[in-house]
Amino acid sequence: MSEQSKEVAKSSHTSGAEHVYDGGLNVVHQDAVKDPGIEPHRVRMTDKSKKHEKAAVRQVVLLFTLSMLGSAFALYAYFAFPLSADLITVRNNTLFLGVGITLGLLGIGIGAVHWAKTLMPDNEVAEDRHPIRSSEDKRAAAIEIINLANQESGFSRRKLIRRTLYGALALFPLPGIIIFADLGPNPGDKLRHTAWKPGTRLTQDPFGTPIKASELTEGSVFHVIPEGLNPDQEDYLEQKSKAAVLLVRVDPQILKESPEKKDWSYQGIVAYSKICTHVGCPVALYEQVTHHLLCPCHQSTFDLVDGCKVIFGPASRPLPQLPIYVDEQGYLRAQSDFLEPVGPSFWDRSVKA
Amino acid sequence: MSNTATAKKKNGFLAGTANYVDERVGVAGVLKEFGRKIFPDHWSFMLGEVALYSFLVLLLSGTFLTFFFQPSMTDVIYNGVYAPLKGAHMSIAYASSLDISFEVRGGLLMRQVHHWSALLFVAAAGLHMLRVFFTGAFRKPRELNWVVGFVLFVLGMAAGFTGYSLPDDLLSGNGLRIIDGMIKGVPFIGTWISSLLFGGEFPGHSIVGRLYSLHIMLVPALILVFLAIHLVMLVLHKHTHYSAAGRKDSNIVGYPLMPVYVAKAGGFFFIVFGVIMLIASFFTINPIWNYGGYDPSPVSAGTQPDWYIGWLDGALRLAPSHLEFMAGNVTVSMNILLPLIISLVFLALVALYPFFENWVTGDKREHHVLDRPRNAPVRTAIGAAGVTFYAVLWAGASTDLIATNFKMSLNQVLLTMQVSLIILPIVAFVVTKRICLALQRKDQEIALHGRESGRIVRLPHGEYIEVHEAANEYDLFKLVDYKDYQPTLARPNAQGKITIRARMRAAASSFYFKDSVSPTTQTAIEANAHHAHEIEEQVQKAIENQK
Repeated sequence: MSEQSKEVAKSSHTSGAEHVYDGGLNVVHQDAVKDPGIEPHRVRMTDKSKKHEKAAVRQVVLLFTLSMLGSAFALYAYFAFPLSADLITVRNNTLFLGVGITLGLLGIGIGAVHWAKTLMPDNEVAEDRHPIRSSEDKRAAAIEIINLANQESGFSRRKLIRRTLYGALALFPLPGIIIFADLGPNPGDKLRHTAWKPGTRLTQDPFGTPIKASELTEGSVFHVIPEGLNPDQEDYLEQKSKAAVLLVRVDPQILKESPEKKDWSYQGIVAYSKICTHVGCPVALYEQVTHHLLCPCHQSTFDLVDGCKVIFGPASRPLPQLPIYVDEQGYLRAQSDFLEPVGPSFWDRSVKA
Repeated sequence: MSNTATAKKKNGFLAGTANYVDERVGVAGVLKEFGRKIFPDHWSFMLGEVALYSFLVLLLSGTFLTFFFQPSMTDVIYNGVYAPLKGAHMSIAYASSLDISFEVRGGLLMRQVHHWSALLFVAAAGLHMLRVFFTGAFRKPRELNWVVGFVLFVLGMAAGFTGYSLPDDLLSGNGLRIIDGMIKGVPFIGTWISSLLFGGEFPGHSIVGRLYSLHIMLVPALILVFLAIHLVMLVLHKHTHYSAAGRKDSNIVGYPLMPVYVAKAGGFFFIVFGVIMLIASFFTINPIWNYGGYDPSPVSAGTQPDWYIGWLDGALRLAPSHLEFMAGNVTVSMNILLPLIISLVFLALVALYPFFENWVTGDKREHHVLDRPRNAPVRTAIGAAGVTFYAVLWAGASTDLIATNFKMSLNQVLLTMQVSLIILPIVAFVVTKRICLALQRKDQEIALHGRESGRIVRLPHGEYIEVHEAANEYDLFKLVDYKDYQPTLARPNAQGKITIRARMRAAASSFYFKDSVSPTTQTAIEANAHHAHEIEEQVQKAIENQK
């Protein structure tokens, strides 16, 4: 930005303005093309022909009349299309009531706009703008008021009053914030425990039928909840959103198991938490051929035969495994609760309580 | 006394009423001030109007819904008319949403009006923001109003999300599940915030009631307040107008408020309302009865959030695997934090852009004439890059649907999106900037040489030329009326030191303006007109010779 062009920008500003603004990097060309002024008004058909004007009036009247008919039809439809157990009545009620109201609205809207566009004057008018900045007089007066207020109150002079006021203003919202603390309890160790206990039977979601190991053929999948979890209990959804498990049987030969988890499965039957370790959606899709589990929310993919490790998608941790065994009657039971918190990560999940 | 009485009689009821009101609230002064205020006309100015009117429709339809909706998560057994769900456990919130749909006349219609207008509200507000951005309407004195508008856009998303979760169906429950998972991922305070929000463990029995308070009271109240500020500033600043003959930074050209704008804008409210009503009558939105009540175990494939949340969901999906790491014994979920940070930074850049551009240009003057996007090539290119970034994130929320519908590998689609998120904005920037510069040059050519007329003339010596017609003075003015910014050098300050700030500003100004095409000047046009005149003479001579 050269000083010279700054000069140019300044000098080009409308004379008489109280305040001259800096044009910055803007270069004003002295030989810019002259503004020819507002384009002359083009006359519309409705301006020059009585016939067209009358037609436009008729159209507007027709549209407003249509609106009246539409609203009247909506009233009729409200009573003429009542609701019953038959769902087709819901469609008819919605459709005919809606169409009536639509006509009532569009008739007014299109009519008014048509009226404005054809019958009201359409020559453009120019009006001056005034600078947003207040005039120098007003600014001086405002400053004077502030100074006077400052003098009368002693706001700048009485430092101790001012500072204690700041302190008071800083502290007074705190009680207003702290009273929100009872919105919820201390999370405590609830995130670390689920409804699974040593010996809890695995049952089918949602009816709670216990599952025998013999019922699982290779490749079959069961959605599982712990026995005793039932919809009538107060914390059913909270418990279910931690305890939901996916039970799958695969060929034991292809199962890669770490030595410490060797006895967590039973003849190729493995149980994994169904709650995604990303943000907690249920990992509900099982691809039989590849043995992959897929979360439908964000497509995190877990390899079931390899400890449910993440092989794709935004998740980072494998799905926690539920150690299981089979009792004398052949029912599947949990050896214990999950040994780590299930579901989405939280910052102290690895901190031992 | 008697004078007033006769005047009343003479002019009838209307004048009497007007007199009554004026003597009590002095309304004549207001009308004198605002009654003939000028409003410029352009279709793109209607985008903001659409947003405003769909918000009014939201208030109307939403109020209706509050009379029937019960924001309670208490468990009930459904016994309404919808047979497939009879006997199912569900929350009262979900049951009452079903009852609104199936047992209240016009209930489903109003639910659909409410949902469609919410989608339209955020869409119109977004397009309005883009219009303001690409035409430079955010420049002084409107920077603060840009920020207010930005807050309104974010509030719109908040209103949408809190409302989306209210029916407590499977889909919205999963949406909340994702929010809960994201909150838990925030270090140190995540688990606490989640517990406070849900009143204990997810999903708890409080969240719907709390979201309801936010959705019907706090968020709309904030929207109303910011809307009021937005509109007061609009009146204060007066509307911008597009560059054309007679339109200056010092005037405003358009139609008077009364009667033309009252009729047009008032009518337009009914048109917007009518179109929403039409869509709501014919097209189902959010058929909650298909999903069932919330249950943390099932989920259907191919679920999508409402469109305006899509970009945030996409950001979550595009995070690469295994970003989570341990710092000591603290789990740092970068797979959640990174998308959050990127989204917040993106929003912050949008909010702060006007201040950045003002710092670069150093132009402290008021701007009321809008830029044609081509005349601010780098700004337009930055906007295009931003839109592309947003669009890739948004498309990222549909990786699964893209993969299944187009029979492609999900992994490849996601990988493509991840790469696109970085590459495509750069491509968009370069391409847009080049297109803008090309259009500016085209404008320059038309200003200098006129438009191609399609008339081919053979001159006596055998040369063929196409006759160009000079643009008329009004069209010409549109082509040349824009501000010419030139890059600056880093200059030493009073102490003779070149500060880092000065260097940065020099670099930024060069980035913005080094390729800029200056507006065609009168001198250049006249020089060319002389040349054109010579050709014209030759053409005339050729025509005469033929005769």
